[in-house]
Amino acid sequence: MSDIYIHTEKLCFSYTDADGKAEHPALNGISVDIHEGEYVAVLGHNGSGKSTFAKLLNLILEPTSGKLVIGDVELTGRELSDEEVLQLRRNVGMVFQNPDNQLVATIVEEDVAFGPENLGVPHPELRERVDGALAAVDMSDYAHHEPHRLSGGQKQRVAIAGIIAMMPKCIIFDESTAMLDPSGRREVLNTIQMLNCEHGITVLNITHYMNEAAMADRILVINDGELLMDGTPDEIFAQREILRRVGLEVPQCAALIHELRKSGIDIDGTKISTVEDCAELIASYYAKTSLKQEEQDV
Amino acid sequence: MKGVAFGQYYPAVSPMHRIDPRAKVIMAVLYIVCTFLCKNLTGFIALLLSAILLVTLSHIPLKLVLRSLRPILFIIAFTSVINIFMTKGETLLTPESWKIKIYAEGIWNALFMVLRITVLIIGTGIFLTYTTTPIALTDALEYLLSPLKKIKIPVHDFAMMMTIALRFIPTLTEETEKIMNAQKARGADFTTGSLLKRAKALIPILVPLFVSAFNRAFDLASAMECRCYHGGEGRTRLNVLHYRAVDFVAILLVAAFGVGLFFLNRYGFGYTLS
Repeated sequence: MSDIYIHTEKLCFSYTDADGKAEHPALNGISVDIHEGEYVAVLGHNGSGKSTFAKLLNLILEPTSGKLVIGDVELTGRELSDEEVLQLRRNVGMVFQNPDNQLVATIVEEDVAFGPENLGVPHPELRERVDGALAAVDMSDYAHHEPHRLSGGQKQRVAIAGIIAMMPKCIIFDESTAMLDPSGRREVLNTIQMLNCEHGITVLNITHYMNEAAMADRILVINDGELLMDGTPDEIFAQREILRRVGLEVPQCAALIHELRKSGIDIDGTKISTVEDCAELIASYYAKTSLKQEEQDV
Repeated sequence: MKGVAFGQYYPAVSPMHRIDPRAKVIMAVLYIVCTFLCKNLTGFIALLLSAILLVTLSHIPLKLVLRSLRPILFIIAFTSVINIFMTKGETLLTPESWKIKIYAEGIWNALFMVLRITVLIIGTGIFLTYTTTPIALTDALEYLLSPLKKIKIPVHDFAMMMTIALRFIPTLTEETEKIMNAQKARGADFTTGSLLKRAKALIPILVPLFVSAFNRAFDLASAMECRCYHGGEGRTRLNVLHYRAVDFVAILLVAAFGVGLFFLNRYGFGYTLS
């Protein structure tokens, strides 16, 4: 197993009312280790605390108690300098839900440059990073377009490029596909998978779509601010009763694939995000096996 | 409303479009000075010719340029009337017995004033709004005003605000349309009734628009923080503006034109403004 990148111990966070009296606990002691290069999905229904968890990891919110270590730096229990916060945000990038609200500039390439510009990256490295990031998300052709003329999936890919250009070690996707249409979702999910596999970036995908979570190496299920389950998609989806109790329904496709795998049919369910994908997967498996069958018959 | 360019920018390939935006801002200022240097007929003829030259150099249809004068037509008419009737001179044009007295000087003054305002509007339009995108203009102003940072004026912050405002105009326009359609679908009526009634009908559009704009601002602020934004300090730029020799030549030409006008005042003919 590779090195631990994010380490939390009994991490807690409470929202305080505007008058500073009542406290609403959102996170109750989450202890988890996330390894370098892992693809982790964080599942939970609305209000479970999963987004709060994400916001703690790059200090948009400060933990009320508990321990948070990222890289080798302990970030809790002391005052952090501005320099340290910048360094952390540089290493842990975050892509938000609404693609419109995270693009700053009026031209795609200038938006991608926004992060590295803030870091003071000099020329010509700046140009290389921007072009590289746009190429990585397959948006090079749109470098001079205006963001508001792009589709939702394209905008979100530009936002991802903006994060990649800062060369982070880890990217958190905070429900980044929730506002996209199916084709946009597929574009973004493919990009996430590519970043994880080819660039070795640690990925945390916060989501309430079960099919999306199925694509990860590991799933964390958060309910009422507590870590309920932690395991591989196969392990998690096997416990359908527990999931249903916390308001998460295992998608029919994932359930089907899980049952098929259990009965010894070797298909890889990690790449499906829609019903069509699932149908295609089973069809291609069927075609392959019947082909083998014919060969054997001959 | 989608696809309508913001402002008056007219996309074209012309020598004027290619000049550095900072140079164009300087040229616009110089040109404004030029229009005030003119004092006699020769000067004003030269000024008018220069305006025509500018329009040709920027490849902008004359019709479009003239249309930009429409909003100030009233001001032009008003000032010329004031000039005609209020100027006292030596050559009286109306009979002695008339109560209203019009002098030749008044007519000249009015004519020069009209020419000056017209050329002023056309000139600044050509240098700034027609041939420069709003975003380039913002960049140029940030560069030109950067010395003001020394006396603690937050030039970068203002430029950032402008950029974000420009970025969100299409987004908010789209949103307004969506809200209006949603209200229309539920029977709202924005087009009939008295002015007061129509203004009241706008409230159900403005409230959700403001709420969503604040939410967007909040999201954008977190996103910017996540991308390490910490003000203008130590920031680099992807696209740095570069002066070319042509830009300096262009500035010099406008300056030379001003000097020329100054001498025309001495050797020119026709009525001279005091």
